[in-house]
Amino acid sequence: MKVLFFASVRERLGSGECEFTGAALPPDLDTLRGALAARSDVYREVLAQPNLLCAVNQIVVHGNVALGPDDEVAFFPPVTGG
Amino acid sequence: MGPRFCRIQREDFDPAALQAAVATGDSAGAVVTFTGQVRRPVGDDSFSGLTLEHYPGMTERAIAAILDEAGERWPLLAIGVVHRIGELAPGASIVWVGAAAAHRGDAFAACEFTMDYLKTRAPFWKKEYRGSGARWVEARRGDDERAARWQRAAPMTTARTED
Repeated sequence: MKVLFFASVRERLGSGECEFTGAALPPDLDTLRGALAARSDVYREVLAQPNLLCAVNQIVVHGNVALGPDDEVAFFPPVTGG
Repeated sequence: MGPRFCRIQREDFDPAALQAAVATGDSAGAVVTFTGQVRRPVGDDSFSGLTLEHYPGMTERAIAAILDEAGERWPLLAIGVVHRIGELAPGASIVWVGAAAAHRGDAFAACEFTMDYLKTRAPFWKKEYRGSGARWVEARRGDDERAARWQRAAPMTTARTED
């Protein structure tokens, strides 16, 4: 499972991408959030941001959803294009 | 619908050429286009420009969904979006939207809808540079409110005008 970070989220975490495989594969989004938050204080703070957006397979999701090994998950701040 | 396109690019674009790309055929009575530019805040001499980051893949999907919805809401003959990424100086063009329809009401509405949704749904992020500092631009509530206007009513019908 590929996990991507963009913009201010990427900069704060100092990482644009990470991978979950094998036994570490989270079965759902809440578990993934928990695994990321457990990495460090910075991860915990970023994951707790109330305006943080999450997309699964490039579609924004709200709440918990089941995840599979081939899913692409992304975390990013509210968009500011245009 | 006729031509429909979405381009994400670093290079500048030529609004005249893009207008020609949506104004094909002889059944369009109206072509409405919008060009967004990098704005220097009034009196802000330290502002030196911005960079635009995007989520490759999702950006194209999100814009395609917006163009689909525009095509469902209004009888369009053509619609296109171009959005730049990378480093952009004050005054540079960032985004272009063009819509062609038989009548101007539909073309105006589709163009504005597409911009309002693009600003709130397409994954782009701006980072502004001032002097030696940089900061990510915060999302504006006004943009959400503009986008929400399109959700209040059933698909808009616009008055037919002879133009």
